[in-house]
Amino acid sequence: MNNKKSLQFALDHGLTESEYEKIIETLGREPNSTEIGVLGAMWSEHCSYKSSKVHLRKFPTNGKQVIQGPGENAGVVDIGDGDCVVFKMESHNHPSFIEPYQGAATGVGGILRDIFTMGARPVALLNSLRFGNPHLQKTKFLVEGVVSGIAGYGNCMGIPTVGGEIYFDDCYNGNPLVNAFALGVTKKDNVFRGYASGEGNPVIYVGSKTGRDGIQGAIMASDTFTEETEEKRPAVQVGDPFTEKLLLEACLELFKTDCVVGIQDMGAAGLTSSSTEMADRAGTGLEIEIERVPRREENMTPYEVLLSESQERMLVVLEKGKENTARDIFRKWNLDFSVIGKVTDSGKLTVVEEGTTVADLPVSLITSGAPIYKRPIKKPAYLKKTKKLNSENLPEPDDLQRVFLELLSSPTISSKKWVYEQYDHMVRTDSVLGPGADCAVIRLKGTQKGIAMTSDVNSRYCYLNPREGSKIAVAESVRNLACCGAFPLAITDCLNFGNPENPEIMWQFSESVEGMSEAAKTFNTPVVSGNVSLYNETEGVAIFPTPTVAMVGLVKDTDKIVTPWFKDPGDLVILLGGAIEENIGGSEYLKAEHGLIDGEPPPIDLDKEKRLAEMLIACASQSIIKSAHDISEGGFAVALAECCFNPDGTRGVLVKAPGINENSLRSDLFLFSETQSRVLASINEDSWEKVKEMSNNYGVPVLRAGIVTDDDRFCVEDSIDMKISVVHDAWSMGFERSLSVTEG
Amino acid sequence: MPNFGVLFFPGSNCDHDCYHAIRKILGQPCDLIWHEETSLAGIDCVVIPGGFSYGDYLRAGAISQFSPVVGPLRELAGLGVPVIGICNGFQILVESGLLPGAFIHNSSLKFVCRWTNVRIEDTDTPFTYLLRKGEMLKLPVANAQGNFVLPPGRNDVEEQRIVLRYCGKDGELSAEANPSGAEDNIAGIANSQGNVLGMMPHPERSFENLLGSEDGKRMFESAISWIKAKDTAGETV
Repeated sequence: MNNKKSLQFALDHGLTESEYEKIIETLGREPNSTEIGVLGAMWSEHCSYKSSKVHLRKFPTNGKQVIQGPGENAGVVDIGDGDCVVFKMESHNHPSFIEPYQGAATGVGGILRDIFTMGARPVALLNSLRFGNPHLQKTKFLVEGVVSGIAGYGNCMGIPTVGGEIYFDDCYNGNPLVNAFALGVTKKDNVFRGYASGEGNPVIYVGSKTGRDGIQGAIMASDTFTEETEEKRPAVQVGDPFTEKLLLEACLELFKTDCVVGIQDMGAAGLTSSSTEMADRAGTGLEIEIERVPRREENMTPYEVLLSESQERMLVVLEKGKENTARDIFRKWNLDFSVIGKVTDSGKLTVVEEGTTVADLPVSLITSGAPIYKRPIKKPAYLKKTKKLNSENLPEPDDLQRVFLELLSSPTISSKKWVYEQYDHMVRTDSVLGPGADCAVIRLKGTQKGIAMTSDVNSRYCYLNPREGSKIAVAESVRNLACCGAFPLAITDCLNFGNPENPEIMWQFSESVEGMSEAAKTFNTPVVSGNVSLYNETEGVAIFPTPTVAMVGLVKDTDKIVTPWFKDPGDLVILLGGAIEENIGGSEYLKAEHGLIDGEPPPIDLDKEKRLAEMLIACASQSIIKSAHDISEGGFAVALAECCFNPDGTRGVLVKAPGINENSLRSDLFLFSETQSRVLASINEDSWEKVKEMSNNYGVPVLRAGIVTDDDRFCVEDSIDMKISVVHDAWSMGFERSLSVTEG
Repeated sequence: MPNFGVLFFPGSNCDHDCYHAIRKILGQPCDLIWHEETSLAGIDCVVIPGGFSYGDYLRAGAISQFSPVVGPLRELAGLGVPVIGICNGFQILVESGLLPGAFIHNSSLKFVCRWTNVRIEDTDTPFTYLLRKGEMLKLPVANAQGNFVLPPGRNDVEEQRIVLRYCGKDGELSAEANPSGAEDNIAGIANSQGNVLGMMPHPERSFENLLGSEDGKRMFESAISWIKAKDTAGETV
């Protein structure tokens, strides 16, 4: 290629002119087309984090509980007794928009490989999904495709999908979000890492054969969408969960031998990223004989083989001489096994085809040599408009019961049964608390321990104030875990934002990381793994900032788990955290009833939240409270209704307590304000004195709110008095009904 | 004590759940048996677990019928040894011809994972031996192709022994109670001798109240009692 042509080739691979010049300067020559392909993929935003890195350094990543922080395939956290949990969340947003079934399925496949490559058996999945207007035909298509894709992969793997979240907002019309979380369990001394160490050790390729699918997937994921995007379908990978199940069992069998030096899955940028990242961590080089890579298509070029994102493949570095032991295991599971190269001390990735060198690049140039940008930031102009919200100017609805039912039946709030019944959430027989609760809990067989997990973020709050909204995402995760009695341990995240080259988007990102960091420090929940997804933008319209937080916690005794649902008639309903305040900014109510996304998100006091969590955990361990559920989207009224929807049969409730509205809010504002750090709990009447004592000890106000009944009645002050069966119907059928209405 | 054998195929994923239930909760001897085994000598009760053997490619259970272990499985089944196929295990038994019928996609065309109630229709099998006709068990289902269809022509209906039916809270048979659209609300059937049972719900998932029900345990306790009773009676199996 001549200079001009190769520059154009580099630009086509997402590199900028100055990045290309830096490459020539470092190499002292022009890179060839294969090398440009490698560098284009590895320097893409998706692989290099070049725009986000300077900000991500602000995250707290250390703590007594942390065994492995960011930088590996997944984070590892100590849960005592020699056990540890391995977890990570990753986005598959771009592929899911183009091809929802395969996009979501391979998202699940990819995150599972990240877990078992660390030596852990995956035991649970969560997913955090965001879709556009539920009445659009396109949204319906995406929901159906994404949900069945997740189901198709996770169910076949035999790993339960135990929870997650789904929100709908117009801002996702052109960019749905699919964030998949997986968690595995292993012993502390059985954690494997992605190190290509030991000169002369063989480099092994195992799993599926390589095809032409997903080439340049990482580059696609680092671009915004235009009308031509649907033409990028060949850049989406195709999943085969059956092969991955075999790969999982084979790898876990391999880990029981003493053969493995290092291992990493081939995710984004396939063989290129796995080989260079492993060499980079170990400070070594790799020589790869590309013709030895098993293929399912003919005449593939080295470029295609290096950049294919075919699924269900792993790269393993073995102890020299142990190839046969490993080969037997993969043969048993009918998987390809090929020695494709060796570890060198050259510090280079050298790719050879039939004796001819086709790529020869310093590993450091590919990995740490990637540019790091401190992109300009600017406070967005839209915030000048959205800040102003005066509730006095909002007309008070004439029928609050109608508003209440509309909120309950909205697809964001209503029961997600339609979704989670498509997921096998019980396989592995560990799901103590499955989908539909504040968090999910799986038990650790042979112990009393449970692992609790949740994912949260309210992107409207983050749009209105990314710093506060991100703090709330962390605080709500803590609250969700604490409600069931779990002690929060650590975070993995998926930071979904628009185009980082837009200073306003970069400001959102920067603020969001600051907010998350502050909250994570307060709760001692370090960020141990995660992923950044930028360029979530179509035709110049960005999504709301969506920093999805997934938090993992520890339950000491699964017999003492507190569920969200009211139990016995006569139990006292109490409100922890104090009276409801007027917090209508960014609320579901404001959007649903008044069509506005304005104001400030509810203020969050992190220290208070921490005390609340400590009190909840103490109450659970002493079996003082019988149920606990936090107030979030939809406010007090919605949270109260959700407490009544016990899966064993609905309960009634009677709320008559002036204390909880001591601020004398207007009825609609009282019912639907999304005041933070508030939890609805129920207790035996006899426990009231004990709860008061705990309330004093922890400095968390507690108020009597009402009483659980066995009537078919949901009654809140003078505002709502309805049959619980009507309320339940709105909530339980709302999701399906919303999706069955089509407007275009 | 009876020896249980849990078969597993490439893609089985409830094998460990069955093993845990039998070995850890019931404390019975239990082996995990790879599908390439050619002998099932010494096994008193065979369990074919759920999952996606061979990825459910072609049809659920269709490829597994050709596994080497299916040979000795047929022999044991013919000798009257208790065999239970759960979910994908049921599909494998049907594809192997050890049980009649066929499976099609659920009427919702979706995978369905939920708790169901099943009614005991036949107590003359090892797995329902200790149960009462008409009593109900709370068991979960998790499948995409659980829509069971009886063979065409109802002449041999006598031969088709329906053991479990999906039912509502009060034992009534209704479409709502039927998660897959299965014919006649059929959740489980046995062969004519009664020793081979196929069922879509997962009894191994309901062994502990911590997980929502321990009704499934009773089916395995029943099989243990049946085998012991048979041994005591000195009958040859």
